[in-house]
Amino acid sequence: MTGARRRLLPYLLVLPGGLWLVVFFLLPAVQLGATSLYDPAGSLTDGYEMTWAFGNYPDAVRTYWVHFVRSFWYAGLATALALVLGYPLAYVIALRAGRWQNLLLVCVVAPMFTSFLVRTLAWKAILADTGPVVGLLREVHLLAPDGRLLASPVAVVTSITYNYLPFMVLPIYASLQRLDRRLLEAARDLNARPVQVFRTVTFPLSMPGVVAGTLLTIIPAAGDYISAELLGTPREYMIGNVIDAAFLVRLDYPQGAALSVVLLLVILALTIGYLRRVGVEEVG
Amino acid sequence: MGYRIRRWIADHWVLAVAALVLGYLLLPVVVVAGLSFNRPSSRLTYDFHEFTLDNWRNPCAAPGMCEAVWRSVQIGFLTTVISTVLGTLLAFALVRHGFRGRTAVNLLVLAPMATPEVVLGTSLLALLVAARVPLGFWTVVIAHVMFCISFVVMTVRARLSGMDPRLEEAALDLYASEWQAFLRVTLPLALPGIVAAALLAFSLSFDDFVVTNFTSGTTVTFPMYVWGANQRGIPPQVNVIGTAMFVVSLLLMLGTALRRRRPGRRAGRAGGPRPVRLRAAAPAPAPVSRSGRGHHGG
Repeated sequence: MTGARRRLLPYLLVLPGGLWLVVFFLLPAVQLGATSLYDPAGSLTDGYEMTWAFGNYPDAVRTYWVHFVRSFWYAGLATALALVLGYPLAYVIALRAGRWQNLLLVCVVAPMFTSFLVRTLAWKAILADTGPVVGLLREVHLLAPDGRLLASPVAVVTSITYNYLPFMVLPIYASLQRLDRRLLEAARDLNARPVQVFRTVTFPLSMPGVVAGTLLTIIPAAGDYISAELLGTPREYMIGNVIDAAFLVRLDYPQGAALSVVLLLVILALTIGYLRRVGVEEVG
Repeated sequence: MGYRIRRWIADHWVLAVAALVLGYLLLPVVVVAGLSFNRPSSRLTYDFHEFTLDNWRNPCAAPGMCEAVWRSVQIGFLTTVISTVLGTLLAFALVRHGFRGRTAVNLLVLAPMATPEVVLGTSLLALLVAARVPLGFWTVVIAHVMFCISFVVMTVRARLSGMDPRLEEAALDLYASEWQAFLRVTLPLALPGIVAAALLAFSLSFDDFVVTNFTSGTTVTFPMYVWGANQRGIPPQVNVIGTAMFVVSLLLMLGTALRRRRPGRRAGRAGGPRPVRLRAAAPAPAPVSRSGRGHHGG
């Protein structure tokens, strides 16, 4: 290869994929921003006029702030639950599983092998009013005799936690697996109790995994609306349900676009704030 | 002694929690498999009523479902081919070459993964409507390729950065042309990563609902079918497809894992032009590299 061709090569490699992402990811994002500023008086059939209607934003947020709060409340709860449930599992797989490690990893990703919607519907069967879970909870009086799990925040959060749990387990597993085990031995040799070993050595060293796992869970969880749609009622609807309805049912594009942009900005702000707080070096 | 006992309890407490969490992860999979053998008492209930093999014998009895599955397979296949090629080229550029704008390209590849699916779907819909592109089969392919590229880049990149560049240098030292060295050394070494990326792309495409929902118009994929069926009551055949997807993915995953473990035998049997290539730095399973390494190795 000649020098010029060699210099051009990386650009040729980047061009097709890069172009695809520019045209079908970047450009749409710009169009989404533009759509959010269209005159809300227009309609899909008559066309919209660009009037830089910044008022769409306060209008949309004023109407749907409850759904935003609920989305981040559910997503935050699901992320916390995923961390509490996922950490012990990742810990056992990385440090205790021995030759079962690969089999257990397959089990962690196994749910992703079935269809997302089908496994969410499976929760509908598991938590059904006549199902064993509700029966047991009614038996021990944790649930009123006519109490339900379906159509409640419990069902929605259970399903969201479930859907993104592997995204929490895998990064934590990856950072625990890389950890130098001699450090754990050293801590034990120095008479640290197991709790101390965990608090002062294991957990701090797994922080990159915890940070990555938290982000990988909360970002899709906040935008998820399948769980709320299939297992909840309009009382559990999240911002995704509202955006979906704005674009596909009410055909109010400017409002739907404004809500999408706000969702993206909130997530971006939370991510940056979070990384600032825990330190970017944790993910780097 | 007290320390030993406490440690024993601590260890086994963690194991018990891990086992419970694993049960939580696997429960819906088991339920889906169980329901695939169910003859429901009515369309709107989810109780296990009566054992039957009918759903497996005749999965297409649910009207419209098999057409939807076939459409998803076609979309998945096209998405896989296009996104694997584009993503692999990008990964090679990012790992093997320093060039101006590399950081920007990195960011462009990472951004779709960090964007909620609703935002990806609505922004593409906004553009397609503004450009008066009719929604349908091809807009779904375009959308799926868009979000699959990033995952392909991450997976292939993890494999490439684990490869020893000296192998390629050795080939060049032995008078291979650059093209020969690429075809005979680099590509075969990268192939497991590329295959893993292709499988990942297919499963992401086949299973996608949110982005598809905004870009499909009246085209019905399998997830769209399930979504629509939920209003009327889910036919039990849906669980057959769910279980079949699970079994096929599991077999593919086990198959690649076994190939990796026994390089000699397989290479001998396959014969032909495929060289023995499986010993260099076995990568973690695809999903690990996708969420783990992708975010650390950057």
